[in-house]
Amino acid sequence: MSPLTYILGWPLLGAALVALTPRNYRFVIRTVALFTTLVSMLLAVKMFVQFQTGIATPQFVQKVPWVESLGISYYVGVDGLNVGLVLMGAIVAFAATCMSWEIKTREKEFYFLLLTMISGILGAFASLDIFFLYFFHELALIPTFIMIGVWGRGEEKNYATFQITLYLTIGALLALVGLIVLYIQSGAQTFDMLELTRHIQANPLSVNAQNLIFPFLLFGFGILVSLWPFHTWAPLGYGSAPTPTAMLHAGVLKKFGLYGLLRLAFPLLPDAAHGWLNIIAILCLGNILYVGLVAIRQKQLHMLIGNSSVAHMGFIFLGLASLNLVGVTGAVVIMVAHGFLAALSFGLGGYLFQATGTFEMKEWGGLMKKMPFIGAAFVMAAMAGCGLPGFANFVGEVMVFFAAWKTFPVATIFALWGGLVIGAVYMLRAVRAVAHGPLPGKWAELTDAGLWRKVPFIILLGSLIIFGCVPRLLTDKIRPNAEEIVKMATRTAAPKIEPVTVGLGK
Amino acid sequence: MNSSLILEIAVTILALALLLADLWTPRNLKRYLGYAAAAGTGLILLGSFAWNPDPGSSAFDTMYVLDPLALYFKRFFLFAGVAVLLIGVEFSDRFVTGVTEFSVLVLFALCGMLFAASANDFILVFVSLELITVTFYVLNSFQRTRLVSLEAGVKYLILGALSTAFTVYGIALIFGTTGHTNFQQIAALTGNMTNKPVFILGLLMVLAGLGFKIAAFPFQMWAPDVYQGSPTPATAFLAVGSKAAGIVLLLRVLFIAVPAVAVDWTKLLMVMSGITILYGNLCALPQRNLKRLLGYSSIAQAGYLLLGVTAMSAAGNSSVLFYLTGYLFTVLAAFMVIAIVTRGVDGEDVSALAGLHQRSPLLATALTLSMVSLAGIPPLAGFFGKFLLLKSVLERGAIQPACYWLVGVALVGIVISFYYYLGVVRAIFWSENSGSNERISISWPSRAVLLVCIGGMLYLGLMPNRVVNASVQAVQVLKPTSMPRAVVRF
Repeated sequence: MSPLTYILGWPLLGAALVALTPRNYRFVIRTVALFTTLVSMLLAVKMFVQFQTGIATPQFVQKVPWVESLGISYYVGVDGLNVGLVLMGAIVAFAATCMSWEIKTREKEFYFLLLTMISGILGAFASLDIFFLYFFHELALIPTFIMIGVWGRGEEKNYATFQITLYLTIGALLALVGLIVLYIQSGAQTFDMLELTRHIQANPLSVNAQNLIFPFLLFGFGILVSLWPFHTWAPLGYGSAPTPTAMLHAGVLKKFGLYGLLRLAFPLLPDAAHGWLNIIAILCLGNILYVGLVAIRQKQLHMLIGNSSVAHMGFIFLGLASLNLVGVTGAVVIMVAHGFLAALSFGLGGYLFQATGTFEMKEWGGLMKKMPFIGAAFVMAAMAGCGLPGFANFVGEVMVFFAAWKTFPVATIFALWGGLVIGAVYMLRAVRAVAHGPLPGKWAELTDAGLWRKVPFIILLGSLIIFGCVPRLLTDKIRPNAEEIVKMATRTAAPKIEPVTVGLGK
Repeated sequence: MNSSLILEIAVTILALALLLADLWTPRNLKRYLGYAAAAGTGLILLGSFAWNPDPGSSAFDTMYVLDPLALYFKRFFLFAGVAVLLIGVEFSDRFVTGVTEFSVLVLFALCGMLFAASANDFILVFVSLELITVTFYVLNSFQRTRLVSLEAGVKYLILGALSTAFTVYGIALIFGTTGHTNFQQIAALTGNMTNKPVFILGLLMVLAGLGFKIAAFPFQMWAPDVYQGSPTPATAFLAVGSKAAGIVLLLRVLFIAVPAVAVDWTKLLMVMSGITILYGNLCALPQRNLKRLLGYSSIAQAGYLLLGVTAMSAAGNSSVLFYLTGYLFTVLAAFMVIAIVTRGVDGEDVSALAGLHQRSPLLATALTLSMVSLAGIPPLAGFFGKFLLLKSVLERGAIQPACYWLVGVALVGIVISFYYYLGVVRAIFWSENSGSNERISISWPSRAVLLVCIGGMLYLGLMPNRVVNASVQAVQVLKPTSMPRAVVRF
């Protein structure tokens, strides 16, 4: 059995145990959830340490045939592209479970959904089979909607639930159609990613087929990642979501779309992708500049964090669109780093909300005096968000900027402007409004987080700093696979011309 | 005696024995006859698994065939019969009289369905459809003191009679133009029949009759009212058995009797499927009555089933079978829960579900899983079924681009359906005011049915391999002609 099966299996086991526990045993339910996610995190760390650098083939694989006639198998494994994501997912999952103390009603259902979602998330990133990739993603997505709808906060909760469900379901279904058509058109009769990749390398898809499939994948996955202009579900959705859900979705699950584009759309459909690169570069500026400017205007912390997390997606898109080794590696690094950062910011925001009962930044001020730890963590999160060296985000963003300069110089200038200036403006404003200044009298009773409450923040901050100071831990692992992806995506040999049987695309 | 008819004979004997036993059974013990009926049907179902008939066997001069497809559906109907009989027992205190007669009528309808699974001749199509429909006239109006039940019965009677008239007129026209009623003999002729308008008109009328059975647009008008008004077990049987009988007959007529015409009708079926999906899902949105909601949802599900038919391929047909099997467990679980929950409550409003997770975790789990499966959410049967259907239609898309639009419509339908299916789940777990908090007691046979249905939904979703293989094998007798051997690539 692959350790990955255990990593995603433990939370699933936890979900089953929670379902069988009577609802009054709150302590048992919480302990089960914390224990299973802790085990899963430790296993993920162990796997990350044992991962052999410099090999492009997946490691820790396990393959069990599931439906042979369609070529579907339960197939998990990690290579450079997803090993960091699985690790990040497991760490954020544990941190999010720690933060679930804020849930006080119907805990049994909440923990059941949370653990199911965690298992789905980890499964989606660990899967090397396209069917299971989608299966696990969907398994994680539905609990998200329910959690926002039931335990969400704020007046616009129902609207937010409605919007996020509609957007993400449509996005996921578009991607599904794209994936099925990819399967059919490849003629490989398998959902196994590696085999499919090999098959398509040997028999590239015709340009017409690629042009048909790529938009489905780009917009399907794009909606899931809140690509501008399909991002409007994100800030409000995250703002209304309970803290653990926002941490998991914004931090981990959202990266699924990027992962899908990186792993499937760009390398398997290179000719179609080339036609879209310029458009992607422009759309990603929408994320960086437009959403960044929107973030500046926010008066409530959760909306600010939500918008900033959408803005950060722009950098990843820019890195992907640059389609060279440095850019793709940088994009993967930001995916991991932003996972920690988003979880940290939403966690801190949720903590402040629990302590004060509001998200209005003008109500706060000087909280650093009463909460030195939370305040310091918040400042560090803001600094990481502006791309300060020492945090993992800096590494990725620098790589993306260097890489993108070659292909999109103009877009890079704007992106730099957005990243350095706009990002700094809203982050520093938030720091000033929350942590510094005079302390309003009504918060005189506030106390800092206790030791247990600090755990999730320490883990997340620690991860950000470790990968910020020793980025080789990630980049060395990513490199062989990024090279492979870039080689496939920039393949220039014209694909075989086949007779066109239908009018579509002509 | 021809041994291929053994299942139908056994069911008939069981029904007649029950009628006789009813004469000597004291009134207060009569509900146990329902259990006996269910046990007998269950034994027949188990026996059918032990029985390995020759795949080519037939009866009545090949009017009746016993191929793998027939056997697949016979087992399907027998399982539905067991569950419906047990729902009937749960429901029996709401009948004024005729508790046993209800079970007997269910068995007769079941017998009709078993015949429909084997129909290889338009005469048998008509006879089996009539056996099903006529018994349903009675079953639907069985609560004869309730006005809505009578209304349901009358509506079903009028529209059912109309559809029967269509079917029989259609069969007459087909016979008139070809001189045959046997599917194989017609198939041998259809190559040069496709341009004969009278023949096509006849087929269209048969299609209308079958469309009525499966509640596909534009023959769906009766479904919501009848579903709402009929006694719950009758509704369940209507939703599962009658619809599946319509589907198997549709598959047989299209792909055995007139494969050449079926290809020409792809567009027609696509339009039917698309509108059925949209109509069912959109109309289900505002519903508050559970049975009415399931009525509209069953229209939408008929649309999804037609998706697989429009694929005109073996993959499409087998996905129809897989989807139906998932639908069987899902819908039976839902109706069983409804029958139990509405005991002592007037009407079937969604609010009756409030606090169900505290009153009975098993019922809450069963209904939740069934809604989640209908919505097509992993890891349940409905997800994999919808995946197979969409895949088969997208395969067809390479030769018929309109299929992409049909898939688009189906996706819109799926998104819409999330709202009302999850609305039911919401009512179970998160209603503010729960009416009563007393625990609901469930008899052990009903408990067993619920557990089997839950197991079936999970099994089909988590380990679909065996059922997929079985359905692929079953549809080998259907030969859609249009499907090219290899997928056409752009």
